[in-house]
Amino acid sequence: MALLEIRGVSKSFRTLRALEGVDVDVQAGTFHGLIGPNGSGKSTLLKAIAGAHFADGGTIVFDGHDITRATPYERARLGLALKFQITAVLPELSVYDNVLLAIQSGESLTRLLLSSSRRALDGEVTALLERFRLIDRADDLAGELSHGQQQWLEIAMALALRPKLLLLDEPTGGMSPEERRVTGSLLAPIKAQCTLVIVEHDLHFIRDICDHLTVLDQGRVLDHGDVATIQRSPKVQQVFTTRV
Amino acid sequence: MLSEAGPALTAQRAGRTRPARRVLPWVEGTALVVALVVPFALGERTDLVTLATNVAILSLLAISFDLCWGLSGIMSFGQALFFGVAGYVIALVGRDLAFSQLWAMLPLAMLVGLALAGLFAAFLLLGRKAPTTIFVALGTLTGSYAAERLVSGWQYVGAGNGLSSVKLLQLGTYEFVEGTAFYFLALIVLVLVYLGARFLKQSQLGLVLAGMRQNEERLAFFGYRVQLFKALVFSLAGMVAGLGGALYSYHQGFIGPGNMGPGLSTTAVIYCLFGGSGTLIGPVLGTVAVEVLTYVLADIDAIKRIWPVILGLVLLAVVMFQPKGFLGLLVSDRERIGSYGRRRPGGS
Repeated sequence: MALLEIRGVSKSFRTLRALEGVDVDVQAGTFHGLIGPNGSGKSTLLKAIAGAHFADGGTIVFDGHDITRATPYERARLGLALKFQITAVLPELSVYDNVLLAIQSGESLTRLLLSSSRRALDGEVTALLERFRLIDRADDLAGELSHGQQQWLEIAMALALRPKLLLLDEPTGGMSPEERRVTGSLLAPIKAQCTLVIVEHDLHFIRDICDHLTVLDQGRVLDHGDVATIQRSPKVQQVFTTRV
Repeated sequence: MLSEAGPALTAQRAGRTRPARRVLPWVEGTALVVALVVPFALGERTDLVTLATNVAILSLLAISFDLCWGLSGIMSFGQALFFGVAGYVIALVGRDLAFSQLWAMLPLAMLVGLALAGLFAAFLLLGRKAPTTIFVALGTLTGSYAAERLVSGWQYVGAGNGLSSVKLLQLGTYEFVEGTAFYFLALIVLVLVYLGARFLKQSQLGLVLAGMRQNEERLAFFGYRVQLFKALVFSLAGMVAGLGGALYSYHQGFIGPGNMGPGLSTTAVIYCLFGGSGTLIGPVLGTVAVEVLTYVLADIDAIKRIWPVILGLVLLAVVMFQPKGFLGLLVSDRERIGSYGRRRPGGS
């Protein structure tokens, strides 16, 4: 059984049909890319999975639970984590505190009030900051980081939740080529930890890290398959050569 | 660009954000020392000891609002509701049951504030959809206004005249009358509440509140039940307001409809914004400033009549030009918001 099963999902914004009858299966332990031209519905689908908005129709089943109408809180508790397209770090908190805030989300109210886990979680926070090359900036305010570093911090925060499924919305948006390369190298090792669904415009980036791709166009699934199959697909080539 | 930058650049970055020396502990320490010597310095001026006691009691109301707005981003225009209802309850128990023992009545007042605020929280904050700031502000304002109107026409609770001759607060056979003893009682309660609020702010739960204040939606995606945290803090703030209301009722020997209405609720907002929300000590200093000024100017007839207008203009000026309150002139944003993780060696 797939970790994530999306069946017949549709979503409209007033008269605009952003998604129509979308079916996607995401297998556990894979990196799954959602690609398509601008306005194809990639980010809308990702937000419907994460709970940022609800699908109008269809079902979304995650790890055996129907999450179609679940709140973001409920989805997060089941093991879903989202990195927003627009960076949503907490700018007035330090980089360290941003990650601590994410890591401690599983703690009980009493333990939070008594600060029981502050010391115990320090090693985990430090390890994530080191892994995402942010340890030197640990005490700086998150709002003072460069755009690329804020994106890394976002990914670190999402991983801090120890998710089963990590949703990344354009993780390399606004990054320099060097930062994109580094981001790719930072993401590769997480395959051992969780499944990844990624929306990305940079087709080279997504081709390098994903096992499986779903191509969306005008709110529908145009094609899906492994990277090699999608690269050979005439339908996909036509869309990307005429509309991207 | 990347963090492979050399140590010099790292140090430079660290220097850029290095916070200034911490100011708040000094302000808190100084305030405590002043509060401890005030009754002795005032000597025979019993009117000023009464004023100082009022300030200590109203500071509880200010802290109650700061817990809501400054720490958690809940705009409550109804803190006086919990203050006033608790004040009425202890006055009624004193009148109808002739009971006013401190060990039972102060916890009762806290319970009343907690339960009433909990009810409001359940209605205003715990819906499936997150409420807007305006919805909560209007909901609490309406509650405060409705309660004031209700008691104004209710004979059992003295209607518009309120309840006077409230039975004196007792500890065993000792009765707390206006004066130094009551002042120190109020101060002890204030210090305990302050320490509790400070502990909350500096805990890992305080970090959740700090995050919630900046981006509620983000925290929901972390798996935090944001509305539940808000309801919890709102209820605790109601408990603090209830405690203040009981002390006020005992100290004044009177409680009236105006002590639970939008007027006093808004005054609590003024205390907090004037002093500096989110700092806990700022609202206490704001209470001192506003109440002392009100007391001094009350003797000047020309100003007395227009004092509410002046107070309104001051609040407007603070919101427009110094939204972090006058303590914001001394305290950095970094210190006001707080830092929860351990400082790294070589970091800022």
